Amino acid sequence: MRLPRPSRRPVPRLLRGYRPLRPGPDSSDQRADRSRLRSRMFALVLACLTLMTLDHHPGAGSPLEPAREAMGSVFGPVEAGTSSVVRPVTALGAWFTSTRDLHRDVAALRSENSRLRAQQAVSQYQRNQLAEFQGLTSAADTLGRALVPARVVAYGPAQSFSRTVTIDAGSRAGVQPDQTVLDDDGLVGRVLRVTPTTATVLLIVDTESVVGGRVGASMKVGFLEGRGGLGDHGTLDLQLVDQSEAPAKGDTIVTWGSQGGAPYVSGVPIGRVTAVYASLRESSQRAVISPFVDFAALDLVGVVVPSGTHSDRGVIEADGRLQ
Amino acid sequence: MRSVRVAVAAALVVVALVLQVAVFPHVAWEGIVPDFCLLVVVAAALVRGPAFAATLGFGAGLLLDLAPPADHVVGRWALALVVVGYVAGLMRQDTRTPVTTVIATVAASSFVGTSVYALTGLVLGDAVAGSGDLVRVLLVSLLWNVLLTPLVLPGVMRLLTRLEPAGAR
Repeated sequence: MRLPRPSRRPVPRLLRGYRPLRPGPDSSDQRADRSRLRSRMFALVLACLTLMTLDHHPGAGSPLEPAREAMGSVFGPVEAGTSSVVRPVTALGAWFTSTRDLHRDVAALRSENSRLRAQQAVSQYQRNQLAEFQGLTSAADTLGRALVPARVVAYGPAQSFSRTVTIDAGSRAGVQPDQTVLDDDGLVGRVLRVTPTTATVLLIVDTESVVGGRVGASMKVGFLEGRGGLGDHGTLDLQLVDQSEAPAKGDTIVTWGSQGGAPYVSGVPIGRVTAVYASLRESSQRAVISPFVDFAALDLVGVVVPSGTHSDRGVIEADGRLQ
Repeated sequence: MRSVRVAVAAALVVVALVLQVAVFPHVAWEGIVPDFCLLVVVAAALVRGPAFAATLGFGAGLLLDLAPPADHVVGRWALALVVVGYVAGLMRQDTRTPVTTVIATVAASSFVGTSVYALTGLVLGDAVAGSGDLVRVLLVSLLWNVLLTPLVLPGVMRLLTRLEPAGAR
């Protein structure tokens, strides 16, 4: 039996003049090029996906942590070096606008100002704390700690949606993961990982950062979560454990502190309540905290280490002594 | 010659990374800095085509994922820059690339790169910003990259063209 042959239908007039955009069929060279490109793209994308799967839970357990550490010990010193070269240039603006003496005066006044502000900010908390701990040996909490000074040498780009910085103090300076980082205004963050000469710090404004906080006026505890912004947008959200209590606008929040002072030691000023939102349906209160620290202009910070830590630089002890 | 090419490309990426994390944060707007690594990948794509640029993008992205301040899942920037290298490579022309094409490619690559990075974050449940923040970051980084294009791209492209193997075009 013969199959009926498909009949040739006349090509519409409009399509008869149609020419493909490419002149003529591809040469075998071009085709080989394309298949090479395709297999390379396939390999690269597969490699990326494999890496993401391996590193799905970044942290101490990740198989890529050694690679991170190796890269950190190579790039840490490069970043620190670059930063020390750039710092005089960025400081040039301030140097030009004032004479050396004026500049020194401004710096002294500013440091006194921030000290006073911090004092005023925690005074209410300290009064409460004093009353609470009366008769107890409360001093032990603040004693036995020292500060390792460090400079911020690199910022993670905001395009990465995580707020992390590199500081130029590492395990040789006595810095360990899960230690508190602060500056003269308040809490900065905690140490994530260290290399011999540098450490990566997670800022408290990062969306993955959660800090136990205490309202200075009422001693109520809650949790502060970062919103991921820097500068004016760098705010934190406070959710109190006791939902019936709402913090007042202007209240100061200090750290609650963790067992053994890791990752956060207690009593470090964090910020001030700027707005309170109450959700009736969920019967919860959300307070917005504006941090004392200007995260867009971090420079000199301190890492809280146990007293007597062996370090490659001067360590500031709790009583102000330089060791 | 091949080893020289690889060394030069690697050096460009390292310089780009250091500029991005250690120098430009001083002039950043809300922490958003120009993507120098992305600019290098786009330059490579316009000179050498998608295959080379995607490979370079993988290397540059891996560096961004692993070098110190980074704390996200490894492979996210690598994937974003592989895609950028491929897409920008399709814009390569056999003659000298016109300025408008270069700028358009940078703008498109910047958008694609940040979007792919944000999307992988969403899928992996990694650090993600709100949609308002995301749009702001997208627009500001795009503006930064386009502004820096006339300063960065011509030099990098000339350097890569000079190192190109003879008869590659």
